[in-house]
Amino acid sequence: MNKETLIKQGGIWVFILVELAFFSIAGEFLSVTDVAFMDYGNMLLLLKQSAPIGIIALGMTIVMINGNIDLSVGATFALAAIVLLDSMTWPFMQALGDWAIPLAWLFALLTGTVLGAINGLIVWKTGVDAFIVTLGAMLGYRGLVFMYNGEQPTSHLNWTLVDFAEAQFLGLHTATWFLLGAALVLWLVMTRTVHGRNAYAIGNNREAAVNAGIRVGPHFLWNFMLIGFLAALSAVVFYSESGSVNPNDGMLYELWAITAVVLGGTKLTGGYGSIISTLGGVIAIQLLRKGLGHIGADTETVNLVIGLILIAVLFLDRQLNRRGKEELKT
Amino acid sequence: MTDQTPALRLEGIVKTFPGVRALDDVSFAVMPGEVHALMGENGAGKSTLMKVLGGIHQPDEGRIFIDEEATVMTSPIQAKARGVVFIHQELSLADELSVAENIFLGELPRKTLGRVDWAALYARTDDILGKLNVGFNARTRVGELSIANQQMVEIARALTVDPRAVIFDEPTASLTDAEKVVLFDVIADLKARGVGIVYISHRMEEIFKITDRISVLRDGQYRGTLNTSETDEDEVTQLMIGRSLDLSRNHAHAELGEVAIEVRGLSCGKVYRDISFSVRRGEVVGFYGLVGAGRTEIAETIFGLRDPDAGAIYLDGKEVRIASPIDAIRHGISLVPEDRKGQGLVLGMNCRDNMTLPQVDDMTSSVFVSERAELSIFDHYKDKLDIRTPGWRQTVGNLSGGNQQKIVIGKWLSMNPKLLIVDEPTRGIDVGSKAEIHNLIRDLATQGYAVIVISSEMPEVLHLADRVVAMHQGRIVREFTAEEVTEDSLIQAISGIGGNGAAQADVTAQDAGCSRPH
Repeated sequence: MNKETLIKQGGIWVFILVELAFFSIAGEFLSVTDVAFMDYGNMLLLLKQSAPIGIIALGMTIVMINGNIDLSVGATFALAAIVLLDSMTWPFMQALGDWAIPLAWLFALLTGTVLGAINGLIVWKTGVDAFIVTLGAMLGYRGLVFMYNGEQPTSHLNWTLVDFAEAQFLGLHTATWFLLGAALVLWLVMTRTVHGRNAYAIGNNREAAVNAGIRVGPHFLWNFMLIGFLAALSAVVFYSESGSVNPNDGMLYELWAITAVVLGGTKLTGGYGSIISTLGGVIAIQLLRKGLGHIGADTETVNLVIGLILIAVLFLDRQLNRRGKEELKT
Repeated sequence: MTDQTPALRLEGIVKTFPGVRALDDVSFAVMPGEVHALMGENGAGKSTLMKVLGGIHQPDEGRIFIDEEATVMTSPIQAKARGVVFIHQELSLADELSVAENIFLGELPRKTLGRVDWAALYARTDDILGKLNVGFNARTRVGELSIANQQMVEIARALTVDPRAVIFDEPTASLTDAEKVVLFDVIADLKARGVGIVYISHRMEEIFKITDRISVLRDGQYRGTLNTSETDEDEVTQLMIGRSLDLSRNHAHAELGEVAIEVRGLSCGKVYRDISFSVRRGEVVGFYGLVGAGRTEIAETIFGLRDPDAGAIYLDGKEVRIASPIDAIRHGISLVPEDRKGQGLVLGMNCRDNMTLPQVDDMTSSVFVSERAELSIFDHYKDKLDIRTPGWRQTVGNLSGGNQQKIVIGKWLSMNPKLLIVDEPTRGIDVGSKAEIHNLIRDLATQGYAVIVISSEMPEVLHLADRVVAMHQGRIVREFTAEEVTEDSLIQAISGIGGNGAAQADVTAQDAGCSRPH
């Protein structure tokens, strides 16, 4: 890794360390509880709470590296959740006992993948900008969510499932394992496979990629299917435990995911970014939420601060990069 | 001229950036009514010097004088107010706005309450356009204009003030020969009005045609000023690169092999018609013509980026259908495109990944890409083409133009192509690297590659090609062998034999009839 990438990709981790130090010290004076901020259990919980947005953000990273964006993930998340919970109440599923669980998961994940594939196919075949396509999909998929059960929540609690979701293995919660597992797989995909390499190339310079004989469309499709799958995976992880989904659940998730991705240094214009840095972005945001709560700030303040920090960080990034460029031009 | 005071004078300019002395005690002066060329290889410090002059960088030492009055430049706007204006190679115009709005962008004449005074705007614009003798008016939308005319708008912008010095930065990079004539007229006119002109260009031909004196920079240092009438290309080149350069014609032909590609009756709407030619192994065929003559479009067709209406392409005697670059690559055709940064390279990627991009598909062991296989390809071509980079991790966007071009060439050589098409091989590349690229292309022919070179620079075509195909308005007008081709005959051919070619050469070949689907 050369110096340039080290500065770019290391930034988010430095930011996390600063957050940890700040909230630990500030917590000593302002905390409403006696528990230290960097308490072991607290940190484990933080990772678990990062998982729903985090898993989606991983998918958003690959879509954005590819030069696209997906605004429909929040709605996909909600629809997959409904399929997960509702399918377990179907008569034939109930007859299967606990074997209904893997089947319900499969249905939910399939739902997400298919919705993603629809986005991908439209972007590929029509050439309409992904922003527009997925904006439409966001509204459309949310419409499906409401059509399913009106304003009513969809609920089904399966205690085996809850036990699984609340289990801890080597200290980490199930949700955390899913987050880390997904990150590892996607990291390998993006850094070590042909698909990953080509996704970067297409995002960075589509014309040059076409001239090198790369078929752009299939890569788009794969990435949209992946993010759809991951949005559903996020729903599976979260609702296995909670057991009840409201039709408005998952709203703004797309924006939180994008925030985490951008905070991690992935470029909106495509061609640049990393899965690991997105993981950093996700943790940084969750740390902010938890930390501000720890020192007694309310939810509204938290959002304001996150917004300001996002802009400040990107400004800083821009300044650093610009200085780097100027040096290189001489 | 010596008894006059200089319009613009730089004295002892020093500018350092961390780790590099970009400008080291640079001084030079431009007299009123003088066209002063500023030359140097890429990285010699020309751009930095211009940025200092435009107030984008502040010099560490040294002073700038306008009419012998010391001036501190703080921004391009302030520089313009002081009478120093820049015409950049890359146009910065708003396509959707009118000519007048572009010219007075940021300083639109106003009436009360901030309303635009349209009458005054158009009147003042027409006034300026009148001096330039152009074929469009103040209300034309800029997006509708040709590149050359857009450049005229940039120049018109410079004339909104009464300039003391105008700096042209590679102004002819995207102009046709006919358009250059118009530009040179404008420069002559400015000159006659006593404006000092700094002319930055790599093109020797132009430098010797229009400039009075030539100042040369090398490695950030001022290397001297020559009177254009008393020097020649060799001397200037020597100053620029510190050695002399042999750009003589190449007559050492390689042994010719089988016909690698034959094209018969290829047509594409109004873009080009009835194109037939062939290239043998070991042969370099040069395509020469004006911008818009259809040369690039033929290359795009052979590479599968454009569908022809009629005609056929034969590789090794067999007819092939090429519907996409994927087909072309499979058939062993490679294209080094005209726009290196836009079409040839993924600038944000590292050197190695760029080089292996077309074949990374075939380099997997199980599911992962084999880094070892990739590195062996990169190392091989890094040595073979003498690519100068700190390592394979270097981002391609940070390399010099010459090294970037070598990466593109290496990328295609590693595919072991039957036919290599090189479109404008040395555009925007400094003199030293230019010679290297030329030698490289000749070497490839010697090794038995079939090569097509498309170029707008006549010396380049004459130097490289075994045969020259001259094109005019979408048709092949004549084919020359290296022995029979002369500069005069070539110019006559490409400007339409017998006709008043240059005037009608300005055809816009774009989007007329046949599509560019990819």
